[in-house]
Amino acid sequence: MRRDLTTSLLAVVVMTVFLGLAYPLAITGVSQVLFPGKANSSKLSFDGRVVGSSLIGQDFKGKPAYFQSRPSATEYSGNVTFFGNAGPNSVEAREEVREYIKSYLQLEKPFDKSLTREDIPVDAVTQSASGVDPQISVANARIQAHRVSAVRQIPLTKVEALISATTDGRSLGLFGEPGVNVLRLNIALEKEAPLK
Amino acid sequence: MAQGWLQIAIFLAVLIALVKPVGIYMARVFTDQRVFLSPVVGPIERLAYRALRVRPDEGQDWKEYARSLIVFSLLFWVALYLILRTQGVHPFNPQGFHSAPWDLNFNTTSSFITNTNWQYYGGEATLSYFSQMAGLVVQNFVSAAVGIAVVVALIRGIVARSGGQIGNFWQDLVRILLYILVPVSILGALFLVSQGVIQSLGHATVIHTLAGSTQTLAQGPVASQEVIKELGTNGGGFFNVNSSFPFENSTGLTNFFEMLLILVIPAALTYTYGRMVGSQRQGWAIFSAMLALFVVGVAVVYIAEQHGTVAQHAAGLHTHAFSGSTGGNMEGKEQRFGIADTSLWTAITTVTSCGAVNGAFESLTGLGQAVPFANLGFSEVIFGGVGAGLYSMLLYVILAVFIGGLMVGRTPEYLGKKIGAREIKLVALGVLVTPLFTLLSSGLASATRLGTRSIYAGVNPQGFSETLYAYLSQANNNGSALAGYTGFIQPNPPGNVGAFGISFADLLGGAVMIGARFLPILFVLAVAGSLAGKKVSPAGLGTMRTDNPTFVFLLVGVVILVGALTFFPAILLGPIVQSLTTRLF
Repeated sequence: MRRDLTTSLLAVVVMTVFLGLAYPLAITGVSQVLFPGKANSSKLSFDGRVVGSSLIGQDFKGKPAYFQSRPSATEYSGNVTFFGNAGPNSVEAREEVREYIKSYLQLEKPFDKSLTREDIPVDAVTQSASGVDPQISVANARIQAHRVSAVRQIPLTKVEALISATTDGRSLGLFGEPGVNVLRLNIALEKEAPLK
Repeated sequence: MAQGWLQIAIFLAVLIALVKPVGIYMARVFTDQRVFLSPVVGPIERLAYRALRVRPDEGQDWKEYARSLIVFSLLFWVALYLILRTQGVHPFNPQGFHSAPWDLNFNTTSSFITNTNWQYYGGEATLSYFSQMAGLVVQNFVSAAVGIAVVVALIRGIVARSGGQIGNFWQDLVRILLYILVPVSILGALFLVSQGVIQSLGHATVIHTLAGSTQTLAQGPVASQEVIKELGTNGGGFFNVNSSFPFENSTGLTNFFEMLLILVIPAALTYTYGRMVGSQRQGWAIFSAMLALFVVGVAVVYIAEQHGTVAQHAAGLHTHAFSGSTGGNMEGKEQRFGIADTSLWTAITTVTSCGAVNGAFESLTGLGQAVPFANLGFSEVIFGGVGAGLYSMLLYVILAVFIGGLMVGRTPEYLGKKIGAREIKLVALGVLVTPLFTLLSSGLASATRLGTRSIYAGVNPQGFSETLYAYLSQANNNGSALAGYTGFIQPNPPGNVGAFGISFADLLGGAVMIGARFLPILFVLAVAGSLAGKKVSPAGLGTMRTDNPTFVFLLVGVVILVGALTFFPAILLGPIVQSLTTRLF
């Protein structure tokens, strides 16, 4: 018993020092040297200043000149996160989706006359898990392209080319789903056709 | 969906390909043989024994082994609790977080000591980097190593032909850490950083967004925690939304890698087992039973999630897939993972005791939720937690041998050892103690006002699901949640503001996690001790074989039977109701 206690005490100290401090600090050190950009949250710059992270979605609500991110339960918080927790059979979830559909149609239909409820991709009217999903589906981006091209007064084909350029395919062509990185797309837009 | 099925198939293929090499490697580690890392790790290992004053070649019987394990875990419990209680005075705390309430600390401590990683807190807004590293990361390693050590001891008991010794706990602990968990973590963490998972110690950065508002970007030593969180089937996220947050899981590739990390040790342990008992077929038999149950679960979640939810259809949303859109239930899912990879992850994290999530469980469809319920209801024997899965499954194997023996009217034998009354009593206790904890605690929580305060969804099937799942998850040391119940920062506060720090939920959950972790471990070690001394009788014509399809079928049947008899009525009331009705609640 006494030997177990001694060894346990020593183990608590040794393991805390090596697994709890040496290991993560060493990984931090090596990461900061090898991958400084990635280790420090993949920041994106525009116009000489940092405007966000390519991995973290942002709020573009009320700015029709920009592509819109997916709905967020957290108001796109990058440091306090929680799930929306809408249940599969909940009345609140139905109301929430109805609201999102309504505002999506309100925003996009004036610029894409043939758009109907059936055409709306699910990602556009459901909350992401992280609240900061950096991507939208390609279908979602194609619909929004009509509005952005009209508001910015640039040809639709140009906007679609920018969408292609900022679409992340599946990793290694295999894993995950393709998606359009909204912040990178909006930065590309600003470069291509700045708002007056 | 074809692309989704392909991704699932590729995942299974890679996993199956890893079973043999990893299994052989682990068997060599457990039997004190040389491996390719020995030249590097060997000296460190010997240094560790000296520092801990351990004589590695000194065998322990099951009681000594259990005593070392319990004393060790108890001391670590105290150490972690103290770290969390005194968070305010430690370094690496740029956000200046103070400690959470004592009852929450109790829950969190119990959670991480038991490899559960149930979280009644949001990591990024509650814990300092010091607490995450020196407190939680350490337990991510240690609790995983303890789980693996127990199964190794059980295997030794099954194999040993005389004497009662089942190995040395300290040697197992050190070797598992140094030869398996730490090396993989170092490489894995660096790989994750290279893909965008963050690893820094700075203060969260405030940036001015493109649209002219501000956003705060969290920082932290995430990758080093993420990798062992998956590899050790721990599951406690650095962030509250766990592996759905891009800083924990940035791309389809990191997602694939993390899923593989979760399953590789539990799956490969079956091969290790076959090797150590001297018959690979025994290992493959167990692997097959696990794989069959796993694949069914994956398919059910995927099909259910691709269908969309009742609420979405009621709102007039069309959830079919078309060019450029995955369709399906994307509520609480990330675009880069889509339906297939979120469904696959959901099955993986609940067959194992991991519990990390890459999407919101609360927002799964009714049928999609039923799979995590079932996986936990089967006591996580489908691959299961590192070590814990295989030792739980071996209890079911002995149970199946016993039931099979009764059916053919022979004395039950497993690998030449007679299964007597003592073993069966211990096995029955080991199998039943976890469901007992689950049902008693979730019953108590459902029936009392103290318990129902934690519910987010209201008095309806979803609310019941939240409660049952919370205790199912804690009792099985899983840690995933229908997260409305965990209650940290509710989006819709009324009636639920204080779920964060509800003493009843914290204390009951903490007690359940400890009981349902260490009691089964004691029963398993007792079985190991009891089998260790037994003579092996040669297999004859009348011996029931445990390495053929018939036995696999019997084993799957026993697992389903025990799980269904225990939990089917309760699961009916929650997820099944929701999947069978178009009603909204």
